[in-house]
Amino acid sequence: MVENRPWLTFFSHAVLIAGVLAVAFPLYVTFVASTLTLEQIMQVPMPLTPGDQLVQNYSQVLGAGTTTGSRAAVSSMLVNSMVMALVIPLGKITISVISAFALVYFRFPLRGFIFWMIFVTLMLPVEVRIIPTFKVIADLGMLNTYAGLTVPLIASATATFLFRQFFMTVPDELAEAARVDGAGPMRFFWDVLLPLSKTTMAALFVIQFIYGWNQYLWPLLITTDESMYTAVIGIKRMIVGSDAANEWNLIMATAILAMLPPAVVVVLMQKWFVKGLVETEK
Amino acid sequence: MEKRVLFRSAWLPYVLVAPQIAITIVFFFWPATQAVWYSFQLQDAFGLKSQFVGLANFSALFRDSNYLESFKVTALFSALVAFSGIAISLLLAAMADRVLRGALAYKTLLIWPYAVAPAIAGVLWAFLFAPSIGIVTYVLKGFGIDWNWIIQSDQAMALVVIAAVWKQISYNFLFFLAGLQSIPKSLIEAAAIDGASPSRRFWTIVFPLLSPTTFFLLVINMIYAFFDTFGVIDATTQGGPAQATQILVYKVYHDGVKAADLGGSSAQSVILMFIVITLTVLQFRFIERKVQY
Repeated sequence: MVENRPWLTFFSHAVLIAGVLAVAFPLYVTFVASTLTLEQIMQVPMPLTPGDQLVQNYSQVLGAGTTTGSRAAVSSMLVNSMVMALVIPLGKITISVISAFALVYFRFPLRGFIFWMIFVTLMLPVEVRIIPTFKVIADLGMLNTYAGLTVPLIASATATFLFRQFFMTVPDELAEAARVDGAGPMRFFWDVLLPLSKTTMAALFVIQFIYGWNQYLWPLLITTDESMYTAVIGIKRMIVGSDAANEWNLIMATAILAMLPPAVVVVLMQKWFVKGLVETEK
Repeated sequence: MEKRVLFRSAWLPYVLVAPQIAITIVFFFWPATQAVWYSFQLQDAFGLKSQFVGLANFSALFRDSNYLESFKVTALFSALVAFSGIAISLLLAAMADRVLRGALAYKTLLIWPYAVAPAIAGVLWAFLFAPSIGIVTYVLKGFGIDWNWIIQSDQAMALVVIAAVWKQISYNFLFFLAGLQSIPKSLIEAAAIDGASPSRRFWTIVFPLLSPTTFFLLVINMIYAFFDTFGVIDATTQGGPAQATQILVYKVYHDGVKAADLGGSSAQSVILMFIVITLTVLQFRFIERKVQY
């Protein structure tokens, strides 16, 4: 604090509280709507205090889904989302850490070319190659499979670069000592490099968990079977028509369920989250 | 920067990079090449025959008023998202940097929307603004504003911008806060001793020193608005009404998946690829400067 200005401090708190409330307002309304009956939501304005339908609405969507839109149960969608949110970060970390190890600790023909190939993937997000990628998946018979949902998303230039950058900061003496002691490259990798990379991996895991959970365009393209919907896709499929025709109480209960796991991860693992966010963008 | 200590093996490095390279080739390079290839082809209605038409798909696109309109919509949308998102986050971050009490609580309460999927953010705001039952619509009606984003194009644009900005504030906020905390306190103190008011200190010292962060966030927010907001739009307006919110990415999806126009959609993909390459180059040029700063 440079100087004491009570009014400015008061103003700062006021702005921050207004910001927090504005950010939280949609969440609050969503939660309230998920505890009401459809009739209560349809009366204008809807009540702004929680109702008594919480258990009823949540058990309805978890067990049976909506009645007018998609009839898929949200519990199976949550399982699908969880598979994406776990397989994508684990796969990404695995293939990135080994390719970064090869790029940093070996000199081999084509090394520059491979580095360049990985770099270029930064410029090819799914959105710019929608149709041909869909065709590739269809030709490989990977539509409506977990492999189709996850494998194409685990290649990542950012993760590889993150590990590469980190390996660059690992002192050469460690590799030298390992070599003098007669350890081969894989031994060094397992016993020295991986334990040192734990914090980088944790940070990356948090960011990629959210990335995997929140995928939208990709599962939208390649899942046509209700049993393969993820939670985010499921919500979209529950909205069938104009605003009065939807079962908003059930849609909002699903929205809360779909937001909860990544939000919990962000809040509980805040330290790793901030580290991951700042470092993956460097 | 290169390592001095290296391991030797004729085959091991290839095995280690193989999984990454295999996925990259099958799911990135092969489809991207095909997108370029299709963009020079014209397919018949049944997808049975195709013929090489050179740049015809591209020239057709630039003669298509819908496509040019989509460019304008994207430019307006990303400018609104980037500027309002950056302005709000900078205000919040500057305030959070000042307060001592409750700083961590504010931070936690402001960052959680990062975890919300864009499509869900869209659904949440669409519900609040729903023409007949939305709570915000009700309040606006009290002020005499008739809100119906399903038929009013500027209101539809406002809805998707609000949803997109709401989701992105947390990200911008964290970067601004980190930027503010890295500014040496001695500079601010020196200015305070010289009698500069807080707002003057902000605009003449803090804001210029934050410019690398601001520029970085500008690029990131543009990329976000161009690509990651697909979910927001698909879950709410679906490009409507009358294509008022049809951004370029949504049009690629719409023309390719729903209208099954392979050549036209691929030509749009190729144009988007150029845009991404430009933005990525901008981003990396900036990062080189950030290292020196």
